[in-house]
Amino acid sequence: MTNNWIDIKNADVILVMGGNSAEAHPVGFKWVIEAKARNKAKLIVVDPRFNRTAAVADLYVPLRSGTDIAFLGGVINYLLTHDAIHHEYVKAYTNASFIVKEGFSFSEGLFSGYDSDKREYDRSTWEYELGPDGYVLTDETLQHPRCVFQLLKKHFSRYTPDVVCNITGTPKEKFLKACEIIASTAPPNRAMTSMYALGWTNHSVGTQNIRCMAIIQLLLGNIGVSGGGLNALRGHSNIQGLTDLGLLSNGMPGYLTLPAADEQTLDQYLAKRTLKPLRPNQLSYWSNYPKFFVSLMKAVYGPAATKENDWCYRWLPKLDRVDHEYDILRVQDLMAQGKMNGYICQGFNPLQASPNKAKTLAGLSKLKYLVVIDPLATETSAFFENHGEYNPVNPAEIQTEVFRLPSICFAEDEGSLVNSSRWLQWHYRGQDPPGEARTDIQIIAALFLKIRELYQKEGGTFPDPILNLHWPYLVPSEPTPAEIARELNGYALADIKDPQDPNKILVKAGKQLDGFAQLRDDGTTACGCWIYCGCWTEKGNQMARRDTYDPANRGLVPGWAWSWPANRRIQYNRASCDPEGKPWDPKRKVIWWDEKKGMWTGIDVPDYVPTMPPSKGMGPFIMLPEGVGRLFSRGYVKDGPFPEHYEPFESPIGTNPLHPKVVTNPVARLFSEDHKELGDSSKFPYVGTTYRLTELFHYWSKHCLINATLQPQQFVEISERLAKEKGISNGDEVIVTSARGRIRAVAVVTKRLKPLVVNGKVIEHVGIPIHWGFKGLTHKGFPANVLTPCVGDAVTQTPETKAFLVNIERA
Amino acid sequence: MALQSLDIVARSATTLPPPQIRHTEEVAKLIDISKCIGCKACQAACMEWNDLRDEVGINFGSYQNPADLTPASWTLMRFYEVEPDGELEWLIRKDGCMHCAEPGCLEACPSPGAIIKYSNGIVDFVEENCIGCGYCVTGCPFNIPRISKKDNKAYKCTLCSDRVAVGLEPACVKACPTQALVFGTKQAMLEHAAERVAELKERGFKNAGVYDPPGVGGTHVIYVLQHADKPELYELPKDPKISPLVRLWKGITKPLALAAFGLSIVIGFLHYVSVGPNEVKEEKKDTDSNPPA
Amino acid sequence: MEVSRRQFFKLSGAALASSSLTALGFSATEAKAEVREFKLARTTEVRNTCPYCAVGCGILMYSLGDKAKNARASIVHIEGDPDHPVSRGSLCPKGAALLDFVHSPSRVLYPEYRAPGESEFKRVSWDWAIERIARLMKEDRDKNFVTHNEHGQEVNRWVTIGFLAASASTNEAGFLTWKVMRSLGIVGFDNQARV
Repeated sequence: MTNNWIDIKNADVILVMGGNSAEAHPVGFKWVIEAKARNKAKLIVVDPRFNRTAAVADLYVPLRSGTDIAFLGGVINYLLTHDAIHHEYVKAYTNASFIVKEGFSFSEGLFSGYDSDKREYDRSTWEYELGPDGYVLTDETLQHPRCVFQLLKKHFSRYTPDVVCNITGTPKEKFLKACEIIASTAPPNRAMTSMYALGWTNHSVGTQNIRCMAIIQLLLGNIGVSGGGLNALRGHSNIQGLTDLGLLSNGMPGYLTLPAADEQTLDQYLAKRTLKPLRPNQLSYWSNYPKFFVSLMKAVYGPAATKENDWCYRWLPKLDRVDHEYDILRVQDLMAQGKMNGYICQGFNPLQASPNKAKTLAGLSKLKYLVVIDPLATETSAFFENHGEYNPVNPAEIQTEVFRLPSICFAEDEGSLVNSSRWLQWHYRGQDPPGEARTDIQIIAALFLKIRELYQKEGGTFPDPILNLHWPYLVPSEPTPAEIARELNGYALADIKDPQDPNKILVKAGKQLDGFAQLRDDGTTACGCWIYCGCWTEKGNQMARRDTYDPANRGLVPGWAWSWPANRRIQYNRASCDPEGKPWDPKRKVIWWDEKKGMWTGIDVPDYVPTMPPSKGMGPFIMLPEGVGRLFSRGYVKDGPFPEHYEPFESPIGTNPLHPKVVTNPVARLFSEDHKELGDSSKFPYVGTTYRLTELFHYWSKHCLINATLQPQQFVEISERLAKEKGISNGDEVIVTSARGRIRAVAVVTKRLKPLVVNGKVIEHVGIPIHWGFKGLTHKGFPANVLTPCVGDAVTQTPETKAFLVNIERA
Repeated sequence: MALQSLDIVARSATTLPPPQIRHTEEVAKLIDISKCIGCKACQAACMEWNDLRDEVGINFGSYQNPADLTPASWTLMRFYEVEPDGELEWLIRKDGCMHCAEPGCLEACPSPGAIIKYSNGIVDFVEENCIGCGYCVTGCPFNIPRISKKDNKAYKCTLCSDRVAVGLEPACVKACPTQALVFGTKQAMLEHAAERVAELKERGFKNAGVYDPPGVGGTHVIYVLQHADKPELYELPKDPKISPLVRLWKGITKPLALAAFGLSIVIGFLHYVSVGPNEVKEEKKDTDSNPPA
Repeated sequence: MEVSRRQFFKLSGAALASSSLTALGFSATEAKAEVREFKLARTTEVRNTCPYCAVGCGILMYSLGDKAKNARASIVHIEGDPDHPVSRGSLCPKGAALLDFVHSPSRVLYPEYRAPGESEFKRVSWDWAIERIARLMKEDRDKNFVTHNEHGQEVNRWVTIGFLAASASTNEAGFLTWKVMRSLGIVGFDNQARV
């Protein structure tokens, strides 16, 4: 989230699209209800299903799953053609005036630079035109034909209401009503918040769904302001934390990235990431990358990391390209090809969670060893068990060695989790683990110490990083959460001096750092995750704070837990003030420029240089080299600098009305074997879409008796019309099939799903909740991933599980 | 003796007068259907707090689970898909005991002290005293009490009388994520309800209103309805009253009933002595249930 | 005494009953009625965070005993933390039923091992399991570690193993995991952010 959960109460309009927050985040949804009751806020829900969020919405707007970009592109076009934008904000805080290189183009569904053999773009034309001084050329009048504003207008001019509704199936008057309400937040005294989750990410165009909303919010001036923002709700209790910490194929803590193979030296690596400002007087905070990186390497390799050995840069694994990730889908593919030997699942149930269950099952069966670390007996850990149609395998044929290691659950654990508001919250143990269950820390430590012992005794391939891993814990087999949290915060390895005054010592050697401004690139600081610097200072554990004081009742609660970065509660809050430093809207002020003191002040931590006067013209988006928000995302987003509607890989209409020659995302990830397993609408005429139910959490809470009673048995949802057509009555058993497999479930026939007319064709959805399996206390069932395809978003490789094709019959 | 804050003001089948000196505030739970997202947190919290675990049932073509109130499910979200003004509305009502000011269950109950009413308005079942006759079921205008097959006793929502007695709100109210459930004095709840009704009217629900039916003397669980003119949309009785039969039993037939009832208990006792207790056989339909892993 | 409902109706014949059994000799004292005791009166309260979604609701866990040396804590009840600024005491149906997660019959209690071709797990010791896993990993790594790619660039990665990290585990567990897996050269690394 750019903002935070409580701040939603300050919104005038709440758009829930690409998520179903009442269902998946009911308690956070409290603040939506609060906004309605307090602010007379309007809640708009755009979703293929009239869902639980829609039950309390002011406006429910249906659309076909997988057509969000068409819808949102239509909103962008509406805002631009109705002049419903926050002009001053757009001009000063976005790249609207920036001139784009000659040669950039978009035609017939493709941006300039497409290579159809490689299925990727040469993105060199998707860049700004630079002047001789190295800065971007701009046109403050926004009239230059190659300025971002004009290119944006042109790109989205195709998204007229008729074109949009033809693709999405949305009734036109509802689409226009939604546009009108969204547009009502263009004035500076009104704000809209956007709440989304995997309803936007689980598509082959997932990243661009979100890009669309970023553009809308920038046009409306809703980023950085209280009650606004672009708020990813996040599905798991610490998915934010694990992402912050870089537990991803190419990730490093604090959004640093692993090197690519052609970055053989540290200088090459740092040069690409230490971004220089693209406009005069800009900050470009990533210019501090070397400080973050060196401090991380000191935390990881301790004394072994020296300036002479480039801080052990050589030891870092390198991907062939930064974007050649070994993410879950690629590993699944390699596993199915028999190219993987081992797999460790720590609190993760890929047999249920990865798309195309049959493929995962085949892959797991080809492993030499599988290690499952989990508090619960998961399906993955029992993949070799025969459960009839629910898991049709023959154990005798499966040669995989399987280890099931019991880990603790939350009640037996201590440490911090990061919620979607970016709050690091500390928690405590309430009982001892049952049986012989151990903490994840103990398990990883035991495994590491054993492996290190083997390398010490026997030697082996490339042992240096293992033998030299910094392990400064008092009891090596029992690192404490406090020890690791202090490591994450960072500490001084030598006295840290004030750069302005070398006689002044900011932090003494051995002490905890106060914040990331104290990080150094000379090896005198160690820090496990630079954005967490400040979470455990000399003042103690900031994450355990419980002060509920809420200045001005804006929902910032700065003394509760600790929010990264720097305990800031609203990111980009500099943009809540006009260029002179005055809040756009006095009733939502969170920070402002105090002329007398010569500094920024307020009730939140300013996202800016604290003493930088507004007159210097530094942009509000200080992480970016251009200092302003990107309406045009340059080469950073692989599938285009502007979003474009592409059909899901399994499209019910089989064409793209905008450009029939380019139907689907031309750079989305699709492995060759998976391509063969795609179906078409002749056999599978209905749009399948998967989702959560509020009573069950993924595949865990079916192991909890109360939750099992609340949602005891697998079902799918269909419209009354489809039910009638197929002779299905409410409560009947049905079989749902896709090109990948079949499931059996109870049919819930509902008015909440309605047929939509798309491109002249009547389109029906089949709603498929994800939760059941062959383990747990509910009735046995089939996970939805029996049906879903392995197609990855071009940027994030998130699988397209929200829009695919199925058929349905009475059982 | 009951807790000081919870004087018993009415007791089934008992003629002793209740203590009348102390004054306690009446409490109420407000259920604002316009804020309800049907998440069932109330159902979960109710089971957890009250140490109840229901059977794992089946899906009968609805989000509603279990299908009905049971001895272990004292509250239940009921889901209604309606189109009263042409536009679809998904009305979700939390069902459970209304804690009537004039409780039909209590009036009908023949077992002394099996149903009681506290001075704060809560109507409670005391299972130790329950004989499982089912008269409370007949007496209830809202069809709430359920008799357990396990122990042949009647169960229903207690409004968490144990929590309220020590100054806490009921478990369901505390859990509710969206403030669709609110708890306080009856007076405060009526005031809050009036504000909610005004807001709903502003949003276009011109028939929004409060459901606090006078036919049972008002209730200690009240609803805010978007369509108060059509309680049937929510399967709520339009004008609930205690069944005239219950009133009749209390008056004219009492002496007759006494004799018949006493006789039946004696025979029942003989049956127990001669045949043994009635054991309820658990019915297990499902063969696909997961065994504990 | 037990009188089933059905039996009662059968035996009593008519659906008539009294509203006053005292007349039959039941005394008012026997019919006393008390409110159920408040069950948390002397339990121990510990603060935690709900492990499900990322709203991060505050929870209060109540356990048996007062932390005396001879008392073994066991969570008996969980409810929302009213001080938590986001959740303010609320919980969703999953959070409100967390007690059933803590005590789920599906909890794995001991390390278990399933040998090739077997259809069941058998219980093993932690030492045995860790030793065996470490051995398998080392054999695999020593054999399949890639020091250079096909272009001769030094890459130092191990791609025949995958690791999926738990996104309900703590930052502290996450960072330790990151350190260990990267030091081994693992790149087949992911978490639930994608699915």
